[in-house]
Amino acid sequence: MAELDAFRAETRAWLDANCPPSMRTPMPEDEIAWGGRNAKFKNPDSKLWLDRMAARGWTAPTWPKQYGGGGLTRPEAKVLEEELRRIKARPALYSFGLWMLGPVLLEYANDQQKAEHLPKIVRGEIRWCQGYSEPGAGSDLASLRTRAEDKGDHFLINGQKVWTSYADQADWIFCLVRTDTTKKHEGISFVLFDMKWPGVEARPIKLISGSSPFCETFFTDVQVPKANLVGKLNGGWDIAKRLLQYERQNISSSGFGSLGGGAGLELEDIARKYVGEENGRIADADLRSRIAAHRMEAKAFALTVRRVEQEAKAGGGVGPAASILKYMAAKINQERCELMVEAMGNRALGWEGEGFSKGELQATRAWLRSKGNSIEGGTSEINLNVVAKRVLGLQDHQ
Amino acid sequence: MAVLTEEQTLLRDAAKAWLRAKSPVAALRKLRDSGNADGFDKAAWREICEMGWAGILIPEALGGSDLGYASLGLVLEETGRTLTASPLVASALAAASALLQGGSAAQQQAWLPKIASGEAIATLAVDETAHHAPERIALAAARKGDGWALTGRKLFVLDGGSADLVIVAARTSGRPGERNGVTLFLVPGNATGLTRHKLATVDSRGVADLEFADITVGKDAVLGPVDGGFDILEATLDRARAGLAAEMLGTATQAFEITLEYLKTRTQFGQLIGAFQALQHRAAKMFTEIELARSCVEAALAAIDSRANDVPALASLAKAKAGDALHLLSNEFVQMHGGIGMTDAHDAGLYLKRARAAEAAFGGSSYHRDRYARLAGY
Repeated sequence: MAELDAFRAETRAWLDANCPPSMRTPMPEDEIAWGGRNAKFKNPDSKLWLDRMAARGWTAPTWPKQYGGGGLTRPEAKVLEEELRRIKARPALYSFGLWMLGPVLLEYANDQQKAEHLPKIVRGEIRWCQGYSEPGAGSDLASLRTRAEDKGDHFLINGQKVWTSYADQADWIFCLVRTDTTKKHEGISFVLFDMKWPGVEARPIKLISGSSPFCETFFTDVQVPKANLVGKLNGGWDIAKRLLQYERQNISSSGFGSLGGGAGLELEDIARKYVGEENGRIADADLRSRIAAHRMEAKAFALTVRRVEQEAKAGGGVGPAASILKYMAAKINQERCELMVEAMGNRALGWEGEGFSKGELQATRAWLRSKGNSIEGGTSEINLNVVAKRVLGLQDHQ
Repeated sequence: MAVLTEEQTLLRDAAKAWLRAKSPVAALRKLRDSGNADGFDKAAWREICEMGWAGILIPEALGGSDLGYASLGLVLEETGRTLTASPLVASALAAASALLQGGSAAQQQAWLPKIASGEAIATLAVDETAHHAPERIALAAARKGDGWALTGRKLFVLDGGSADLVIVAARTSGRPGERNGVTLFLVPGNATGLTRHKLATVDSRGVADLEFADITVGKDAVLGPVDGGFDILEATLDRARAGLAAEMLGTATQAFEITLEYLKTRTQFGQLIGAFQALQHRAAKMFTEIELARSCVEAALAAIDSRANDVPALASLAKAKAGDALHLLSNEFVQMHGGIGMTDAHDAGLYLKRARAAEAAFGGSSYHRDRYARLAGY
């Protein structure tokens, strides 16, 4: 305990001295630090903050020091997390490498691959994207067809991915490819390659929200050295599933709401502002009641996330409650966005221009974007299938 | 499931084993069919008290075990599974909480040992209309000589027909709707002027309407400050709500497990009905509601034990979410069983009836959503 207290004191002192004041304010979407070769830092403090955190390995607090991580124990990492939250520090780095790829490389990759890729993830030098879904392989991901032919010392990759988040801005891709066409799940391999290599092309897809966070990604005779295969040949499905667990876990614990629009206001504040008050209550009783119901559901969800973490820490592993988190995170953010738009009334229906405030336009875009929450990272229907089959033990239809 | 201490694990396992053997759902059915007007089985209650469950909240010096609310919640979750009807909620949870929150040393010494041993059953009388509305207390208490005279009615009092002690929330000043002016009184069950009307309700528990006709009590019958009893009442109600929510969580969980088992055994169209995706997704949503409710119930009980300052919001959250989950589960219990679920011979109906009674007690989901918003200032 005393050691943890000492660590807390040290951490607090270091953060006081090293977290720039502007990094302790709410983060607008255009100031997120995604890192990468072409990293843009609208606010120079973002770069300073990233570099300082990365130098200590604190962008990946629990990863081993030999791979650039912080080498912290779980309790220490929790202290760091608490201290960061206490000063409302922005995350130093947003990164699929940190959230998804890194953990599976630690588990499945060979030493050379770990030494090559992990430190660059920690420092935010390389930005990764995820080559999973294909036009014909969405919920049924294992039916993917992007082909990797064995050419002796390398694979020759041909095919197409879709919904590849930020592929147009990413440096490298972790990609599921078919290395055996005679089998389904057992014919998939997990490979890593550079988006700059010949034959790779990413085209952004414009969404209903007007933004283009996703791409179509095409591969035409891309040569990938065999050293870039992670794990066993045809053994990629297990890695793919494990990575999805990390993806859903990350969505679950952070939720979808961190950039949800509404200029950092809670729903009840938005309703007070746009609907008005009577006797200290939101004037629209029906809306007030639905906001309260939503806030309670969101609180129940937050308590469940905390409970899952506590149970895991106590050694029980990840309990069955964890299986509902991604489904709930999507549902809650979508409901929040709908209520926000409803509370703002016509002021949430602007698309662009001076007629609407920045917060109002953000709310509109966030609402439209939220429709993807129940699709990306596994649809809600697939989530419910997983609960029914793996947790409740219900059979497949014959 | 929260991380339990060894003592808590033993307590829960003992409760589970005893309830399965001595107080299964069949016991409630028997109680109902025997026309028992008390709403609980005296022999079973004696055993429950011998096992110490009635004293879980009560300090050791006063005959209890002082294990706290999370521990009592574990027991209540188990009694909720088996629909065991006993004065645990009214006496060991609600009334004991009132005495612990606001009772003088003399009042605690007079009543808590008896509540712990089961020698006395106590209850809390709050509601005066068809709905839970503690803010609108009207039952009048006027000064009379050195003491007070109580006149009015209390409705749907849990175990009100058999209670030896009724803790009554009365109005000593102000108007219904005002927090100030509420005072709590200890009124013996055999007080002159107290008329009790036992009610036959769907859940077969012992609920009664109480009429107070100029009942005289001494000044030592006042629990907590005169006119300032509302804070104690609210703290008491929050403890009762969180505890009852634990019982409801148990009831919902049991309903879910029985329904899930049915999905895995009932065949139609040459399939187990649990293989149909329409039912699978409903089952997964039921599971989700129960898991969310569990988090709320455990958080509320833990907050009470650690004297956290968000007990009111968490108690309302727990009562509402456990209520929502139980509401859903009790309906799906019947629906997914089809015709058999509509028969009196099946247990689904008993769960449905208990569900609505428990949902209404100490405030339904709609009351608690409104309160949650009020507490947050909107």
